[in-house]
Amino acid sequence: MRDVFIAGTGQTDIGEHWDRSLKDLAVEAVCAALPAERRGEVDCLLVGNMLSGELASQENLGACAADWAGLGPVEAVKIESACASGGAAFREGYLRVASGASDCALVLGVEKMTDLLPDGVSAGLALAADGDTENLHGATFVALNALIMRRYMHENGCRHEDFSGFAVNAHRNAAANARAMFRREVTGEDYARACMVASPINLLDSSAICDGAGAVLLCADPQALGNARRIRVTGSGAACDTIAVASRQDPLQLLAAELSSRRALAGAGRKAEDIDLFELHDAFSIMAVLSLEACGFAPRGRGLRLALEGEIGPRGRVPIATRGGLKARGHPVGATGVLQVIDAVAQLRGEAGASQVPEARVAMTQNIGGSGASIYTHILEAEG
Amino acid sequence: MKTTRPVGICGYGAYVPRLRIDARSIARVWGRLGRGFPVPEKSFPGADEDTITMSIEAARAAVDRAGIDAQRLSAVWVGTESKPYAVKPSATVVAEAIGATPFVNAADLEFACKAGSEGMQMAAAFVGSGMAEYAMAVGMDTAQGKPGDELEYTAAAGGAAYIFGPAESSAAKLAASLSFVTDTPDFFRRAHMRYPEHGMRFTGRPSYFHHTLGCARALLEETGLKPADFRWAVFHQPNPRFPREAAAELGFKPAQFERSLVCARIGNTYAGSSLLGLASVLDVAAPGERILMVSYGSGAGSDGFVFETTERVAQRRDAAPSVDCLLDRRQPVTEYARYLHNAGKIRAQ
Repeated sequence: MRDVFIAGTGQTDIGEHWDRSLKDLAVEAVCAALPAERRGEVDCLLVGNMLSGELASQENLGACAADWAGLGPVEAVKIESACASGGAAFREGYLRVASGASDCALVLGVEKMTDLLPDGVSAGLALAADGDTENLHGATFVALNALIMRRYMHENGCRHEDFSGFAVNAHRNAAANARAMFRREVTGEDYARACMVASPINLLDSSAICDGAGAVLLCADPQALGNARRIRVTGSGAACDTIAVASRQDPLQLLAAELSSRRALAGAGRKAEDIDLFELHDAFSIMAVLSLEACGFAPRGRGLRLALEGEIGPRGRVPIATRGGLKARGHPVGATGVLQVIDAVAQLRGEAGASQVPEARVAMTQNIGGSGASIYTHILEAEG
Repeated sequence: MKTTRPVGICGYGAYVPRLRIDARSIARVWGRLGRGFPVPEKSFPGADEDTITMSIEAARAAVDRAGIDAQRLSAVWVGTESKPYAVKPSATVVAEAIGATPFVNAADLEFACKAGSEGMQMAAAFVGSGMAEYAMAVGMDTAQGKPGDELEYTAAAGGAAYIFGPAESSAAKLAASLSFVTDTPDFFRRAHMRYPEHGMRFTGRPSYFHHTLGCARALLEETGLKPADFRWAVFHQPNPRFPREAAAELGFKPAQFERSLVCARIGNTYAGSSLLGLASVLDVAAPGERILMVSYGSGAGSDGFVFETTERVAQRRDAAPSVDCLLDRRQPVTEYARYLHNAGKIRAQ
């Protein structure tokens, strides 16, 4: 396998882009990641997207994005793995370049969600759950996560307010990210007052419906990088779990997170202790807790302690959501996995401003589809 | 836009049903008590009230304040989005009830929350062109929020009627008017849908603020006036926060607009909202004061008006109940079921 380097990144602002289309967002991200004079070098475009057909009336998104971004007759395809579509597309790009099938792969993550009313968007998102045993019965993702969070609180004897640190950290970090959706800090009191969505999940436990796109250029030739600090993708892992939460032996164990992180770390020759920052999938606070535990950053039932002890901030032991995470940077679902990589690259290049993790050299990103059904984990390292 | 012949408001009348339901009584049913509410309570119609009966109340008050024979009205227009009949004009019933028939133009207007101000502009044009001596515009709603929806906390009942006539006999002269309209789908109810849909935050910046501020700024520029040149400012009031923010962005001070914020006490009366706000201002305005009014209707657009009160502004003020009187005449109700019944939300078939 060849070394794979990140040769460029670009993204849109994340938020409610009522006046912009899916194509428009995709084109902006591609143009930001790829200087016009280098378009000819790209030999494949991999588009991570979940709901372009449901929410934006557009399938065949690979060809569509390549066409509108001016990439000509390049090979292009949409890759779908629910909210992990971006992570899946990034892994596909990594594998293509590493295997020699591609020399220069452009990975795009894009989602346009705000053209429909919230009920329509929720119905679209619910398609990632088990159609027969979950969705058909009206279980939305917030409902499924609420069941998991309730179980976690019951088993571990914790209180709702113990989860406040995740939203507080995410919002504080987003305040330093010019591209983030919610650039305002929130406090523990705000968390206590936030309105309930599906008990025990309140508004500040949840990521918001939004639009956005990110693009990452992957290449095999380190000479293509120019002067930017060299970032190498050193590990990539993926795994699946049962699609329905109820089918799991243990609903509080993210098996696919455990397996995919183990595979990614093994590929990179790293251990969890080597990770300087972890861009995890905090679509809901409970998912952040379960990811921390599954990936070996905390023993089972102790993930919350990291937040309570202040260890998840940029200067803590396991910095997470360092640019705002899904909670505050925003979660345009199919774009998220690519945005996590872009956030990690900003940290590794020392460009994260007020939320910079000191001397960040090794970053891990983890993108989750469904309620833990498909998970993609990557290790990125700064070289030189 | 200016009329060729000077026109003004010769009479106005407001109406608000006496029943109020508090936000907590609604929230209790929907399990939403642990949160703040945009307004503490809202008005809703009595069991025998609807947009037609309420329009008649306001229209009678307007005729009384104008001190004219209703036969001199050449138009009666009712702007509303809660017509009792899908097909059959409300305006003919109103015109008949106040004695304006048969030589009168009557029609219902629809433009979400700006249907009433649209009628005002048309009435001014009817009189201003010389086609009519007097013309009446009503903005009235028994606004419908889907049970359990955010709008249910603010969708209220009420409105006002205005009679436009010759400027020399008016309480407030119309100095200028302007409309600002785009195709913006922030809120809508298709035929056969029971309740309107709304685009959440999309109803804010790209909708309410874009049109309200766009209309106000253009009207100020056209007239060469500044916020400081006005004693009063009136905006559409979907909640108390939006008009306050819009007013502040334009440079108006609370003393200029707080008086008009009827919404803070009874909620959003949709097509009646800015018209009630203007009535509240006319209730206390002194002669020689300038008033800016900017409505907003989803879909979307704003109508802007600059009025200047005359020596006659206070003359017939007491001929009809003031807005304050209607706001104070409140009968609190905490039974959600009674509200559902009166607002026509319980379907018998």
